[in-house]
Amino acid sequence: MALYSEKVMDHFQNPRNVGKMEDASGVGEVGNAKCGDIMKMYIKVEDGIIVDCKFNTFGCGSAIATSSMATEMIKGKPVEEALELSNQAVVEALDGLPTHKIHCSVLAEEAVKAAVKDYYDKNGIEYDKEKFAQTHDCDHCVD
Amino acid sequence: MFVYADNAATTSVSKTAVDAMMPYLTTLYGNPSSLYGFAQEAKEALEAARKTVADIIGAEPREIYFTSGGSEADNQAIVSMAKFGAIKGKKHLISTKFEHHAVLHTLKQLEKQGFEVTLLDVHEDGVVRLEDVENAIREDTALVTIMFANNEIGTVQPIKEIGELCRAKKIPFHTDAVQAAGHMPLNVVDMNIDLLSMSGHKFHAPKGVGVLYAKRGLPLFNIIEGGAQERGKRAGTENIPGIVALAAALKESVDNMEENTAKIIPMRDKLFAELSKIPHSKINGSLEHHVPGTVNMCFEGIEGESLLLLLDAKGVCASSGSACTSGSLDPSHVLLSLGLPHEVAHGSLRLSIGEYNTMEEIDHIIKVVPEVVSYLRSISPVWEDLETGKRPHLI
Repeated sequence: MALYSEKVMDHFQNPRNVGKMEDASGVGEVGNAKCGDIMKMYIKVEDGIIVDCKFNTFGCGSAIATSSMATEMIKGKPVEEALELSNQAVVEALDGLPTHKIHCSVLAEEAVKAAVKDYYDKNGIEYDKEKFAQTHDCDHCVD
Repeated sequence: MFVYADNAATTSVSKTAVDAMMPYLTTLYGNPSSLYGFAQEAKEALEAARKTVADIIGAEPREIYFTSGGSEADNQAIVSMAKFGAIKGKKHLISTKFEHHAVLHTLKQLEKQGFEVTLLDVHEDGVVRLEDVENAIREDTALVTIMFANNEIGTVQPIKEIGELCRAKKIPFHTDAVQAAGHMPLNVVDMNIDLLSMSGHKFHAPKGVGVLYAKRGLPLFNIIEGGAQERGKRAGTENIPGIVALAAALKESVDNMEENTAKIIPMRDKLFAELSKIPHSKINGSLEHHVPGTVNMCFEGIEGESLLLLLDAKGVCASSGSACTSGSLDPSHVLLSLGLPHEVAHGSLRLSIGEYNTMEEIDHIIKVVPEVVSYLRSISPVWEDLETGKRPHLI
């Protein structure tokens, strides 16, 4: 069996929404270069809806694929709904990930949250801080 | 185009090796331990193979033990010398930080059993310094084990000089020569080597067969018990087809070494020259002391696994020392031992070429690697930070 599912390979080789955004409403960056993966997520919000989404990722195949999938899953959705995106949902949408790559999906979830948080902060929108607790666990990420 | 550029991982079996082993898979399948004449043909083939290998490395046939591969040979050499040393109250072992895990993990086990291990630095160039070895040697040193050539970066160690030093101090010296055998001249007498490991599949023999050379008089302790094979030091019915193929492949590699090297070096040098044109790239390890076919480089701002997957899609088989390819959180211990920062080590690429590669294949690699690197950089937030000055370039 190949390391990755066909869906992961498709999203890795043909990533959706890859790129940068000049006029983003919110930008989130998570991960650490020392660990080998960084995701940067850009969202454009109009009337509470994520009308556009872009990402840049430094990382392995699954890091790129999970970023790509996450952008697809939140694009066109209300911001509140994007906040509900879980790493499990990203993994399922990709038809699974190898066990040691699950952290990539956690990073994707956190990248979305970080972008939304930045949007909230920039626009003075109040939010429940509990929802933005860091769950990514990695020794190297402590500089 | 399909380009196999991972010959340090494994090689294809040569026609010579296949032809040599075929009779022992089909018609001459006897067990060398059996008495009848039919089986004795297998026994003769085994001893002929032992003599071939011994002659090539300057050993005596009785000093050659066939194993399942390089890892087993490393395990047996190290454990034997540790046990032998312990009998005399010597429980200190010397090695390097960038050995293969077959050596490092064996040393780790011995550490748990009360041995003390000194792992020497390999400096920025991936070469052990003789004075470091000398300074590490103690009264209770039971073994010095230092690889001949590194598997990831291809740097060659001053084996002859280390051997000389060990001999003067009467300390057994083992070298894991898995990456050197068949590719570089090896002579256990000239190079003062007491124990040496090699693996057939790195020089066009099949997988699952290797050699441990142990100088006469050095005691070997069994890793595998259960029979009198290999002078009682390695039980199990001998892998006659594999052993015959190993001897044939080693002989072929050594007979053609000059010609092969003359073919490989220009290909390797072209890879180094062309891939070094990629901005913020770095060659890992000294080029002065180097096996012919191994190229290891880092490209800043990208990660190795995605590089390998995209190269695979373009027909190039290579490897990397990134964390994601090692299955752990840390990048390769070899690259870290050179002092490379984690973020740089993640972006490594190893291309290992052999005599079966062609200059057309090299040209293909030279075309696709820069494309893939620049694509991955274009989507990398790390590269963006490096280029906008938010993060300093490290290479």
